[in-house]
Amino acid sequence: MSASSTALRPAAAMLGLSIREVSRALRDGRVSATELCRKCINQIQRTRYLNAFITITEETAMEQAQRADNRLRTGKPLGPLDGIPFSVKDNFCTENIETTCASSMLKGYVPPFNATVVQKLLDQGAVLVGKTNLDEFAMGAGSTDGVFGPVHNPWSYTSLYREQCTGDPDSDWAITGGSSGGSAAAVASLSSFLALGSDTGGSTRNPGSLCGVVALKPTYGLLSRHGLIPLVNSMDVPGIMTRSVHDAATVLRILQGRDERDSTTVEAPSTPPSLPEHFDIRDICVGIPKEYHAPGLSKDILSQWSRVAAMFEQAGARVQEVSLPHTQHSIVCYHVLCCCEVASNMARFDGLEYGHRSKVDSSTDAMYATTRHEGFNNVVRRRILSGNYFLLKSNYERYFVKAQQVRRLIAEDFKNVFRSGIDVVLTPTTLNDAARYSDFIQEDNRTRSAQEDVFTQPVNMAGLPAVTVPTALSHRGLPIGLQLIGQTLQDWKLLTVAHWMEQNVNFPTIHLHGESNESELNRSVRERTHTIGS
Amino acid sequence: MATSSSGYSRMFFKLRKYANKSQHLYHIDSFNLVIRTIWTSGSKTQLQTKVHTKSLPQMVGVVGLEVHAQIQSTSKLFSGSHVRFLAPPNSLVSHFDASLPGTLPVLNRRCVEAAVLTGLALNCTINRKSLFDRKHYFYADMPAGYQITQQRVPIAVNGILVYSYFEGHRRNQVVTKSVKIKQIQLEQDSGKSLHDDEQSQTLIDLNRAGVGLMELVMEPEMCCGEEAAAAVRELQLILQALGTCQANMAEGQLRVDANVSVHRPGEPLGVRTEVKNINSVRHLAKAIDYEIQRQMEVLQSAGKVLNETRGFDSKSGNTIPMRDKEGLQDYRFMPEPNLPPLFVYESEASLPAGVDPAQVVLIDRLSAQLPELPSVKRTRLVEKYGMLQEHSFTLVNEDGLMDYFENVVQTAKAEPRKVIGWVIKELMGNLNSQNLKVSQSPISPCALAELINLVEAGHISSSTAKQVFQEMWKAPEKTVGQIVKEQDLWMINDKEELQQICKRIVDSHPEEVQIIRGGNTKVLNKLMGKVQRETKGRTDPVQVRAILEKMVS
Repeated sequence: MSASSTALRPAAAMLGLSIREVSRALRDGRVSATELCRKCINQIQRTRYLNAFITITEETAMEQAQRADNRLRTGKPLGPLDGIPFSVKDNFCTENIETTCASSMLKGYVPPFNATVVQKLLDQGAVLVGKTNLDEFAMGAGSTDGVFGPVHNPWSYTSLYREQCTGDPDSDWAITGGSSGGSAAAVASLSSFLALGSDTGGSTRNPGSLCGVVALKPTYGLLSRHGLIPLVNSMDVPGIMTRSVHDAATVLRILQGRDERDSTTVEAPSTPPSLPEHFDIRDICVGIPKEYHAPGLSKDILSQWSRVAAMFEQAGARVQEVSLPHTQHSIVCYHVLCCCEVASNMARFDGLEYGHRSKVDSSTDAMYATTRHEGFNNVVRRRILSGNYFLLKSNYERYFVKAQQVRRLIAEDFKNVFRSGIDVVLTPTTLNDAARYSDFIQEDNRTRSAQEDVFTQPVNMAGLPAVTVPTALSHRGLPIGLQLIGQTLQDWKLLTVAHWMEQNVNFPTIHLHGESNESELNRSVRERTHTIGS
Repeated sequence: MATSSSGYSRMFFKLRKYANKSQHLYHIDSFNLVIRTIWTSGSKTQLQTKVHTKSLPQMVGVVGLEVHAQIQSTSKLFSGSHVRFLAPPNSLVSHFDASLPGTLPVLNRRCVEAAVLTGLALNCTINRKSLFDRKHYFYADMPAGYQITQQRVPIAVNGILVYSYFEGHRRNQVVTKSVKIKQIQLEQDSGKSLHDDEQSQTLIDLNRAGVGLMELVMEPEMCCGEEAAAAVRELQLILQALGTCQANMAEGQLRVDANVSVHRPGEPLGVRTEVKNINSVRHLAKAIDYEIQRQMEVLQSAGKVLNETRGFDSKSGNTIPMRDKEGLQDYRFMPEPNLPPLFVYESEASLPAGVDPAQVVLIDRLSAQLPELPSVKRTRLVEKYGMLQEHSFTLVNEDGLMDYFENVVQTAKAEPRKVIGWVIKELMGNLNSQNLKVSQSPISPCALAELINLVEAGHISSSTAKQVFQEMWKAPEKTVGQIVKEQDLWMINDKEELQQICKRIVDSHPEEVQIIRGGNTKVLNKLMGKVQRETKGRTDPVQVRAILEKMVS
């Protein structure tokens, strides 16, 4: 899978467009849905070395595109997503399409139904091109711990990155972050206009940030989890990854709302058809949490954080330091709650009804044990073990109950901040830009998860909406994103602010090594100069 | 008292041993007290007097029940799958029931309403907010690896079940007691495992997996099998009246586990065992009484009662330790994260804004639906018809029998007291011997009323009527009149004819006549019997007696 040797010449002009733009092109007949689908499939094939996809659904995708074309030709598209290629993290159930969770346990598992969010996109005429790679059962922060191998960050195949690294591209490449790394890479590498991720502790925002895409974690309960294979039910949210905030808003509008199959969903607040083009940032109060000046925060990210805060201030927004004192306990608390739910949720994988079944059949118990040993990786097994330990009668009060109490305090912190008049909270999304794979795997999954989720995780504890917006490139030429956190069910307002931010930060378009789009390359370089100089 | 014969023989052995001991040592072993208890619960013995010297109270059994009642509902507790008994294996299984990853529970309102109705009927406090929990254990017929139940805050608490049973020689003294209902919780049923020992494989049927259950927990306030059986019987009647559970134990719609311990009143409760695999009310009583006896024996022989699960073996009448993983099991309870708290509202007026009354459970709406409960029915029967209490029990116990009775009473020109005899003795006797339900009776309430009216009018004798009843049973298509006519059963009311028959009997039994004339009037009955036989019961005994008395005097 040598990347540098393969010249990448996608029809970037078309693939690099936003959903809004390409939707217009489809309606205007400048491109057909089948052409667009073909281009995406080709792009997936060309970027196989990224290992972003587990399954490519070429055949069904082309059929769906054909049907979209029929509608587009008669001037009756189903909506803004009709004919738009998208991809889905492989922990969402897709009818008649293998859904693996990147685990041996579910290799070959073909669900008989679609997740609600997938169905909603299909109902809008969107074209499913493939299922994307992840950490096994979404447990990880690197997309490095799945049975299909790690996902490569597309930005580590740009000229900018390649020029300054000495290593061979086969060994010197950056991770995508995780666990929705495949989805982030798919959107970043222009293989999809939109991808679904899942976000439990930052699994959508973390890779979104490291891959330079917009990644939205909506309010808990706003999007249905039906068909999302759970990690932590009380924190899981389907995530939306796009290349623009406007696109994320378009998709959110379609996916949100109550689902009778998920009792934790809520009615969506009324939402205007699109984000306002002009919006007065002076009405907004931005909070900067002092506790987020965490140890290990990179210089590049700190400077971007300051730059954007200053940008808000200069534009007339009120920028104010706020305090989220319990945030520091979030990770350890998350560790307990996550393991407990994992232990519980994974209990169903016993090899009886579906999934992997061990050949050992000396007794039912032996079959269970070997099935689960063979089917799950170390990370999953460790979390199950810890979770079962925390849930023991004698430990329950000390771990689970304590963690829940701390969780309430963390949520309360956010409430207090918003009660004080803050509209959005601006934070880094990650401590660093994307680590080199060889560096990243020096630490185990648990350590990495604890490190990487530090800014994203508290949001899941509180069920709040948050979005990461690509902000700049680091000195290594890798993306940096900043996170905006909003109030419960104020996703639209959050996106409105994010949209303003996006318009002002001027993040460059990706330019994979070997492409000939000069103007984009120049923009990247400009951005880089700016970053280093600031 | 139900005790196995082997248990008794062991007891005899011990009794003899200890009796000797106490005689020799003039020292009353504390075991004697145990002995006395066991002995008195068996039969009377001289030994009793010996142990009266000590004043420690005797040991008693303590029984608590856990009842699993399958909710009568067209669909399961958390999925839309249908609920049906005896459907082809795995034909009623939704994605959720098979625990496919990504599926979520959606609470069935009908099941909640059933639990609330049951709670109201048992005088429970209905929790306005209750919660669901996961109880974890691996079992092949529980596909998710956990059961969704209500461990922390169940839907209903603090109820009371009033029940009665009969005591005394003729078992006609009503004893009324009550037991507290600790809680009613909603939970999922499991599937079924079928073990094929020959091929050493297990087959799983998930039709039952996820069916709604109400688990009713009764406080340990009963003392023997009879009380527990009476409580369960009353519960069955209540559930059936409510329509919340069919409550057939043999079909598993009602499953009863008994927690049994023994202690001396005033002392802390003893170590308890849980007795399972009980599939009828009769077996429940047997199992509990056996277990109480067994535990007393264990303690008597200085043993320890183990906290274990025991199964009832209906063949031997014994309880046997089950391969018990449950005692050691830590269920690792955890709140069910996919179900929000379950809210139940008092009335439409108490609904929060924006809540659709059609989508929620309202207590006042359900209270209005409560049917006449069995205890109220019985009181009404006693008061309205002046019947004996035990008869009111019989009428209410049998599904449809009370309605049958009331229908007969409406058309019959006889006193209800007379009707009750027909319904309880003749009708139920026939139904029971043929294992039929009241609704399957070949004789309609109307036809029975007609028959009773013939007796009342003096057209047939009551003994003939019983004969006619059997004929009606065999030939339901015939009317009462037809049968009586065909078989020539009309009463002989002609004085002349009666005189002649009596004369014949008197003449052919001179010895008896002599005896009667000698003062032994009892022998008159013999002559009356002869007349009855001669006339196939078609005479009025009062008339016949009068004629005979005249003839022999």
